Amino acid sequence: MKALPGPVRARRRTAIDAALALVVILLMTQMWLLTATLESYLGGHRDAALAGMIVSGILFLACFGLYQLVIRLDRAPEPEAEPHGLGPWQI
Amino acid sequence: MKLPGNGSLMTPPSLTKPGPAATDMAGRRPLWREDFSVHAAEDNYVLRRQFTKFLTLTSAGMLAGNIWIFLRSLFDWPHRQYPQTTVARSSEIAAGGVKLFRYPTENDPCILVRTRAGKLVAYSQKCTHLSCAVYYSAANNRLECPCHEGYFAIETGRVLQGPPPRPLPRIELEQRGEEIVAVGIPAGEHGA
Ligand code: FES
Repeated sequence: MKALPGPVRARRRTAIDAALALVVILLMTQMWLLTATLESYLGGHRDAALAGMIVSGILFLACFGLYQLVIRLDRAPEPEAEPHGLGPWQI
Repeated sequence: MKLPGNGSLMTPPSLTKPGPAATDMAGRRPLWREDFSVHAAEDNYVLRRQFTKFLTLTSAGMLAGNIWIFLRSLFDWPHRQYPQTTVARSSEIAAGGVKLFRYPTENDPCILVRTRAGKLVAYSQKCTHLSCAVYYSAANNRLECPCHEGYFAIETGRVLQGPPPRPLPRIELEQRGEEIVAVGIPAGEHGA
């Protein structure tokens, strides 16, 4: 991998860190959701299973989207110049 | 200090910031970079990417768990058919007496109790906390779990005290002459 200029690299890493932090939060929510759904299913609340699955699916899609973002940021080519000081979302 | 050859000894810049500091003031790459070709900044990217991938796969695992629960709720319950099993003879159990049996399968221990009032009740013997075997305490007229002192009401199976999160699954009984027959588990009480 070619080394990027310091400011671009720093911004990208900040974006990646933010994505990573979000994934961690989503994952913790999903863990809680799984245990809560199992608990209520065993307690006889059948409806919770469908709702739990849907919400878990949404959380997974969000995690997957953030993972794709990390890959894109990681593989984005080095910009020639940064005349406008654009953020990593512009690359 | 001048080094032999064309390199110069300079304080290594932070390994995570190879940008402008990657060359010395004359624009040359310092010699130490050739000797220690460690790309820490690039490694950081890879580590984060791989960690995010790992977390995303874990998230997929959680989703699989939720799908499994949903499929179980669709196919396993409440359409489940239970066998009809004779578990005891009426005369076998006096007031305050207990009989253990297995229902609906050999792996499901249950407890049949005749309460002080003379009513027959049966429950799964597996505590809903961590599956220890509950027993009947005649002195306190309740079912007790010895592991973490979870107590259950004998009439309904509901939790009276302790960590169990749910009532004990109840076994439906029918009296057919002398025989006490287990006929099912009410929907939503199929336990762990
Ligand atoms: S296993 Fe019964 S109270 Fe913990």
